[in-house]
Amino acid sequence: MDLRAEGVSRRYFRQGKGRNFFFAVQETDLTLPAGNLIEITGRSGSGKSTLLNMLAGLLEPTTGRVLLDGTDLYALDDGKRSILRNRSIGVIPQGQTGLHSLTVLENVKLPSLMYDRQPCSDERAEALLERVGIAHLRDVYPNELSGGEMRRLAIARALVMDPGVLLADEPTGDLDDENTHAVLSLLRQCADGGKAVLLVTHEREAAQYAHAVYTMSGGILTAADQG
Amino acid sequence: MRFARLLSLKNMKRKPARTAALVLLAAFLSLSIFGGSLVITSLQNGLRSYEARLGADIVAVPYQARAKGTFESILLQGIPGMFYMDEQYYEKIKTIDGVERAAPQFYLASTSSGCCSVAVQIIGFDPEQDFTVQPWIRDSYADTLGDGDIVVGSDLTIPKNGTLTFYNTQCRIVAQLDKTGTGLDTAVYTNMNTIKQMMKNAESLGFSYFADVDPDHAVSSVMIKVADGYDVSEVTGDINVHVRHIEAEQTTSMISGIADGLSNVSRIVGGLTVMIWVLAIVILVIAFAMISHERAKEFAILRVMGASQRMVSRLLLTESALISLIGATLGVALAALILVPFSGAISTALDLPYLMPEVGAIVALAAGALALSVLAGSLTAAVSAYRISKKEAGLILREGA
Ligand SMILES: Nc1ncnc2c1ncn2[C@@H]1O[C@H](COP(=O)(O)OP(=O)(O)O)[C@@H](O)[C@H]1O
Ligand SMILES: [Mg+2]
Repeated sequence: MDLRAEGVSRRYFRQGKGRNFFFAVQETDLTLPAGNLIEITGRSGSGKSTLLNMLAGLLEPTTGRVLLDGTDLYALDDGKRSILRNRSIGVIPQGQTGLHSLTVLENVKLPSLMYDRQPCSDERAEALLERVGIAHLRDVYPNELSGGEMRRLAIARALVMDPGVLLADEPTGDLDDENTHAVLSLLRQCADGGKAVLLVTHEREAAQYAHAVYTMSGGILTAADQG
Repeated sequence: MRFARLLSLKNMKRKPARTAALVLLAAFLSLSIFGGSLVITSLQNGLRSYEARLGADIVAVPYQARAKGTFESILLQGIPGMFYMDEQYYEKIKTIDGVERAAPQFYLASTSSGCCSVAVQIIGFDPEQDFTVQPWIRDSYADTLGDGDIVVGSDLTIPKNGTLTFYNTQCRIVAQLDKTGTGLDTAVYTNMNTIKQMMKNAESLGFSYFADVDPDHAVSSVMIKVADGYDVSEVTGDINVHVRHIEAEQTTSMISGIADGLSNVSRIVGGLTVMIWVLAIVILVIAFAMISHERAKEFAILRVMGASQRMVSRLLLTESALISLIGATLGVALAALILVPFSGAISTALDLPYLMPEVGAIVALAAGALALSVLAGSLTAAVSAYRISKKEAGLILREGA
């Protein structure tokens, strides 16, 4: 699947008096082609998460369109857009995102319970946990996980529906070097398997896994020189 | 919807303290409305049965300071008592214009000493004249009462041999009456011949009940039915003017005291219920608003996984509906557990006729209270659910937000 942003921007209003607004993301074009891992780096506060959330269908752009295989995400109503995200866009959000009332295994299976008559089997969910290296924690609740384990849970959960697009917001934030490489190569495998993958990261080593690298600065996205 | 049901149950289980607090609030809703309506219904029932059991337009009792009070104590509290007047007064009442029927009654309190099986109120009636007691007895016993037969109120325990002895007169229990919620539930009914026998025995046993009245010619009260076309209060006045030494009173005015009591209790119970409801609902609305604020991130994560805004709202509504259902069921059960076994104590405490409706009616009340409480409890989350559905997940997802 291809995900394409056409002239998307996002304006935020600052708390305070008057019409005090700014653009966290300036009008941006970006294409995530199937089979590619695209990396975006940039300082904290530069607008990376804002762009990623717009691509995920979670944040309405102020201008522009987001097209998934030609379908304008924001022309759909919330119900249809949500189904599309459930089926086709795996999102690994920034931060800790385990649901505390579900075990690790239940967390991973949850997306498959939302619309599908046939929920994902335990075997498949366990295989995903195996892939991210936390299979032994399947019956543990997220409050007992370390930051890195929680991040890997989010990765397994984003992959459970086998989406065509994978959007990862700093997925290696809490990981040690060894696990960072494991996760980055997993994302690369996903791209090689045909998914369109977006990786937002601070990691310098990430570039070696990416097909293309962009830099975000003050809401402006520019292509970085390769290698 | 599988997703909402599954997740709401897990959420409730993993947050037991939060769930328990909300369940408790919901329980107050159904407890108060079911309990309140059951008490009020029972009081209304009690009043109706009291009115029906009186069955007369006017009651005349001897004009003694205590006679009227004693009479009402017998009827309302079941405190055994007696008073007598010569039967000539009864004869005089019959001659008053507008009196269609007049039936004497005879009251005797049994004692707990050896001559009696149990200390209760005995009420005798003249089968020829009576029009207030026999219609009720007929509900439980088709024949006319023979000499030595008694019918007992619903609260008396019937001995194995089926007899009770009063002033050495052994009586056969032929039937037990339905509950009335009044003092009459502990009374014993018998015909005039039997009670006169008991009265004579009592006198010869040395009980000085009769002062200067001859027990052979003593009556206790007269039940009066007014002929059509006559004004009850005028007839009452006529009796009071023309027959000295007795006091006639309209039964409606006797009942009005109880009706006043009932409307006072209803107002208090109703006011309390409204207060509890307003309080519980306000707290529930605030609680759900706080909880959903606290859970904003959780809901955003669900949106990330592909839940629609509607699904997330529905999750919160399902949780509140489940909590309300559990709470309301507990509340109804608790109210039933308190009110049904202790109806006697409540009746005594309120000092008003108190008759619980039949099981079917109680179940209907409970079902109504349950439905109303679940509805109200579920709706308290609606505002929060609506607010959640309007939030953009992408805004909530920012770390620290
Ligand atoms: N809801 C919001 N309201 C106002 N400002 C926001 C909001 N979300 C993000 N911002 C601001 O927009 C800018 C970009 O934020 P973000 O996309 O989270 O950056 P990054 O992910 O690159 O660290 C930051 O300055 C941030 O403070
Ligand atoms: Mg960010």
